[in-house]
Amino acid sequence: MIFFWAFVIGGLICVIGQIMFDVFKLTPGHTLSILVVVGAILDGFGLYEPLIDFAGAGVTVPITSFGNSLVHGAMQEAEMHGLIGVITGMFEVTSSGISAAIIFGMIGALIFKPKG
Amino acid sequence: MADKKKKNLPPQAQKYQDFQEKREVKRPLLKNCIKAFLVGGFICFIGQLISTFYIYFFDFTEQTAGNPTTATLIFLTMLLTGFGVYDRIGQFAGAGSAVPVTGFGNAVISAAIEHRTEGFVLGVGGNMFKLAGTVILFGVFSAFIVALIKTILITWGGF
Repeated sequence: MIFFWAFVIGGLICVIGQIMFDVFKLTPGHTLSILVVVGAILDGFGLYEPLIDFAGAGVTVPITSFGNSLVHGAMQEAEMHGLIGVITGMFEVTSSGISAAIIFGMIGALIFKPKG
Repeated sequence: MADKKKKNLPPQAQKYQDFQEKREVKRPLLKNCIKAFLVGGFICFIGQLISTFYIYFFDFTEQTAGNPTTATLIFLTMLLTGFGVYDRIGQFAGAGSAVPVTGFGNAVISAAIEHRTEGFVLGVGGNMFKLAGTVILFGVFSAFIVALIKTILITWGGF
């Protein structure tokens, strides 16, 4: 069942993005930034975790989960170290996405040649 | 918003703006949304397959499986971007391929590949986050504000 909801919820988030492209004429950069901020705010209200339990990858794969995991990391450290933890823990949870992007970006640049 | 901008323009430019608005191709919203839904949903479906794999074989939970899934998806994106497939998916799917984390990976990786002719330090290093940097900036800054408010509320507000 979680596969079905992952498909539906993930698809719906992409439709929201598409509406922001087409109706509000936003650039991809603006759209993704807004979605990340929305993800961070949703986690601020504690609404993102129930969504993950419900839809699994449907909400962890869209970019909104980046905002969610940033807040998550910050809050985890903040519970232990107070206000300083907000900064030290920021990338605690989300490091995999950024590290993967950097590492595979470098490998990609080494292996592949630009086309066109 | 558009009207305010128009008033400051010279009359000829206003005419041009009207002309341009009439001539602008209407974007097929419903069709685009369906495409975005199907492709975006499919990417999340694959993500769910990968998550399930990590949950069963590597002892991750539903909450933590997102991390290795992200990394795996970005690896797949590297292959698709390198072989020029992701661009074609992007043309077809619009937001369906941009909103999932693969779109973030594609932005980083395509910038890295594109600028390698300028050298690895100034080209790849300097341009890698040209497109994706905005996501990191606003993500981190908004997360900082949210976490700050929440921490202050918890510490001094007694929530």
